[in-house]
Amino acid sequence: MLGKTAGSLYWMARYLERSENNARLIDAGFRIALTRSSTARSEWRSVLVTAGQDFAFRQAQGEDYTSQRVVDFLLRDPANPSSILSVVKRARDNARTARTYLTREVWEAVNTSWMTLGALLKRQVREDDLPDVLAAIRQQSAQVGGTFSGTMLRNDGYNFARLGTFLERADNTARILDVKYYLLLPSVAHIGSSIDNVQWETILRSVSAHRAYHWLYGAEISALKIAEFLILYKQMPRSLAFCCDQMNDNLGLLQRTYGEETEAIRMGTSICRDRLSRPIQSIFDGGLHEFITDFLRANAALARQIERDYRFVE
Amino acid sequence: MLRGKGRGISFFDEMTGQTSSGQAGEVRSPYREYSEWFAREDTARIHRKAQQAEAFFRTTGITFNVYGEDEADERLIPFDVVPRIISASEWRRLSRGIEQRVRALNAFLHDIYHRQEILRAGRVPVELISRNEAFLPMMMGMDPPGGVYTHISGIDIVRTGADEFYVLEDNARTPSGVSYMLENRETMLQMFPELFAKISVREVGDYPLNLLKSLAACAPPACNGTPTVAVLTPGIHNSAYFEHSFLADQMGAELVEGHDLRVVDGRAQMRTTQGYTPIDVVYRRVDDDFLDPLNFRPDSVLGVPGIWDVYRAGGITIANAPGTGIADDKALYSYMPDIIEFYTGEKALLPNVPTWRCSEPEHLREVLDRLPELVVKEVHGSGGYGMLVGPAASKKEIAAFRAKLEANPRNYIAQPTLSLSTVPIFTKAGLAPRHVDLRPFVLMSPQGIRITPGGLTRVAMSKGSLVVNSSQGGGTKDTWVLDD
Repeated sequence: MLGKTAGSLYWMARYLERSENNARLIDAGFRIALTRSSTARSEWRSVLVTAGQDFAFRQAQGEDYTSQRVVDFLLRDPANPSSILSVVKRARDNARTARTYLTREVWEAVNTSWMTLGALLKRQVREDDLPDVLAAIRQQSAQVGGTFSGTMLRNDGYNFARLGTFLERADNTARILDVKYYLLLPSVAHIGSSIDNVQWETILRSVSAHRAYHWLYGAEISALKIAEFLILYKQMPRSLAFCCDQMNDNLGLLQRTYGEETEAIRMGTSICRDRLSRPIQSIFDGGLHEFITDFLRANAALARQIERDYRFVE
Repeated sequence: MLRGKGRGISFFDEMTGQTSSGQAGEVRSPYREYSEWFAREDTARIHRKAQQAEAFFRTTGITFNVYGEDEADERLIPFDVVPRIISASEWRRLSRGIEQRVRALNAFLHDIYHRQEILRAGRVPVELISRNEAFLPMMMGMDPPGGVYTHISGIDIVRTGADEFYVLEDNARTPSGVSYMLENRETMLQMFPELFAKISVREVGDYPLNLLKSLAACAPPACNGTPTVAVLTPGIHNSAYFEHSFLADQMGAELVEGHDLRVVDGRAQMRTTQGYTPIDVVYRRVDDDFLDPLNFRPDSVLGVPGIWDVYRAGGITIANAPGTGIADDKALYSYMPDIIEFYTGEKALLPNVPTWRCSEPEHLREVLDRLPELVVKEVHGSGGYGMLVGPAASKKEIAAFRAKLEANPRNYIAQPTLSLSTVPIFTKAGLAPRHVDLRPFVLMSPQGIRITPGGLTRVAMSKGSLVVNSSQGGGTKDTWVLDD
């Protein structure tokens, strides 16, 4: 297949994943803003930082971290190239470029997503309507995901799109940890203090895993366990370990298709082996923040290497 | 019937045979079964179906971008649910005429780029070629693989009466619209399957595979094995991008842009995930000028540097061949009857619309005298841009156009305002006649000429309008050619 097409499938999937992740971040931020107005502003700021949009926000809006401003910026501000609306538009542009590699169902789901969100986000969203809008974004995303897994041929194009999904997802989970890591440090882990409980719940909510966490660990919330869950727990579909396993599977399938071991494959293997095959305590001993910074760097390097190895651009 | 005046003009309706000047007709035989079906149908249901069709076109992304608009908005081409129906015998007659015309066009192109016999014989003026921007001197002496210049052409046909058909225009560069022909049929099949069970309509869905076969049959000498075919598009912002991706998808061909291609080892190669692989046939949807920045327009980023040299050396087939634009030039159009006779030895089976060449002083004088009743077109224009429809224009518009025409007469041709036939469209108030034209699509390969039964019917959606171009608000209809 064309390198450009592979790149478009990969980016289509990354942007779709990003829009879903950002909707989740807004959801978690909104919940905190509703329940604790005193910390709302700093919470919104940390949402922007996690989404990588704080700088752009301050450029456009100054320090005005009110719910309305931040939510509008993240959802639909035309001045924000990373708003959900812009990102879905870019996903659709990439889908159009790779149109010949998508099934009609997938294309129509992506296109419908773009049309639906375009209509929903035409005007500023009222606070009462926000939950519905966020639900619609998640639903559109699920629609695309469902048709994708249900109708796409399992060929190289499929693997490139999946790589995009999991790279983006790993990046997102690592960013959440990067922004919130201080909450997980043992020094502030006053077990049972209600502030931390809410904050920790927020972390879990940003990856839609608060139910799963309790199902797995019971009522006890601890920093160590949350970190373990988000970093190492392989059955949790947004954990770093899960994402990396998936990426290695997709890279492995590409290797089988192309009969060529690329540098990207070696890098993917090394992320899993050197960074994620150790107990959580050893990660804490080495410094959680250092670990996350290193992971983000390695993940980004892998992304660049994939673009090079599979000739997305010249 | 060709008339000059806009008012009092008499139009032939293809369904009723009625002319607006008078006698009520009876439903013409090709429409009989459809008309009976329609009479029994609940119009509310048809209305609902029509709305579903629009939603279907939107989600499928069958949209186009309009040039000259502020925002590159994607728009739908209006689709009308009433088919345009052509009888088997009408189609036989049309297709014979079309085939003759395409053969002549191809022979003309070969001649123009070789011995130029037709110029020596004085049947076509030399300056019409030598001073024409569409003439590509670099093609002189070149033999395109398989001897084919016009792999894909579209012959625009208008009807003015029960037995009167005219060729309005030849499209020998990159005629578009075939995806609408295919999607219109697909939509009709989904909406009204019962109609197709009742009425025997000839298939159009095999066009993409015929296109693929036809292109593959023109593979260049350098090709070994199964030819690799690619569609070259200017990209997703092009107005016809939907069609480019649609055709590539249906043919199972790669959809490439200029920056995906590069000349490596004397072949045009595409950048795949595993490196560069040669392509054998490129169905290009970019103009000649943009094909190769080294050999044509240096500022073009749409093309492939050096692809021309590969072409010359037999390393790739470019479809349509570079330089075919000379054959669909509007100034040349008026010579088509001579051209057909010159190469086929037969009279043209399908007549031309009478045409005044404004480059000739006598013609110009007559055109200026009769401007309010004529249609004036730019010689190199397309898409309905920059034309004057005399009877529909205001005095001011006519005066402005007169000035343009006098300043540069060579740039224009004029034709009588044709009384284009009408076919009903479905409106809230029931069936209402609207003017139509027809663009059949013709494939040519060394194995022969293949014409898809029917083609794209374009329809002017507003009452009385004669402009059917989609860029000017025209719509489309499914076109049925009946089986015998």
